[in-house]
Amino acid sequence: MLEVYGKKLSSRLILGTAQYPSPEMIGEAVRAGGACAVTVSLRRESAQDTAAAGPGGIFWSMVRSLGVPVLPNTAGCHTAREAVTTAQMARDVFGTNWIKLEVIGNHDTLQPDVFELVEAARILCDEGFDVFPYTTDDLVVAERLLDAGCRVLMPWCAPIGSARGPVNLDALRSMRAHFPDICLIVDAGIGRPSHAATVMELGYDAVLLNTAVARAGDPVYMARAFAGAIKAGRTAWHAGLLEPRDFAVPSTPVIGMATFQ
Amino acid sequence: MREISLIVNGQPANVASRDLATLLTELSYDGDWLATAVNGVVIRRDDRVAYALRPGDRVEILSPMQGG
Repeated sequence: MLEVYGKKLSSRLILGTAQYPSPEMIGEAVRAGGACAVTVSLRRESAQDTAAAGPGGIFWSMVRSLGVPVLPNTAGCHTAREAVTTAQMARDVFGTNWIKLEVIGNHDTLQPDVFELVEAARILCDEGFDVFPYTTDDLVVAERLLDAGCRVLMPWCAPIGSARGPVNLDALRSMRAHFPDICLIVDAGIGRPSHAATVMELGYDAVLLNTAVARAGDPVYMARAFAGAIKAGRTAWHAGLLEPRDFAVPSTPVIGMATFQ
Repeated sequence: MREISLIVNGQPANVASRDLATLLTELSYDGDWLATAVNGVVIRRDDRVAYALRPGDRVEILSPMQGG
């Protein structure tokens, strides 16, 4: 069973809650996929909406009813200071030390600003947060994040929402080999269940995804598909995968073949 | 009471409130799920009553939302 920051998780799928066709479908997808946690955010809301128990209040009530841990994010932040303040606000509202730390460095690629990320991670870890940093597959940055106090790393496998899947398998493989005892969660870029299975086959501990489920033709079925793929990939990794070979190797024994001439 | 000018969620607002808790009531913000910050500093729920507002303060009032 996966354990993160001292908490045992019920599965290896973390689901985002954005972009679903309806709020009800978030809950259905979470249940169908057996998600072990869900990500949430903080945004401005008009006074009229909050007074009428508007979208924010209704959403929060729905999330609480799911009974799974909440992983608040700092999505949209571009500086360490913004991210730290957002994380502190999230802790006040959601009552958890968990924070998915995002510090965006580029509008087009949504890739993390790793310098601001490390700075924010250091501050938040010092304040007792359990930081889940959204990062690249850069090993040096990963080392810095661990030095800052992170016990989890969440490398992208492709840009957020791109659905391109693992574009640099060698880098992900290196990261797994370099940090054999660190919880590694692939965050961002997963588009298909086969992508999730692929990174799990590499030995990754879990997958965090949102768009691939939320924007599927049927999000509930897709959540179920991802759950199956993640389990298959994890089981395959445990089983030990056959490495590719340069030449054909017969699977049927050649010894004992009959001679007909 | 004379009003003071604030920036609330990016918009100008003239209010009579002198503390953050009263401001939320004055602006009809209601809910235990709200997070607040003033001038980039988080003001926790229990500290809002004691937090004195000053003209020009930038107040952020945030709610839980969907996120990835």
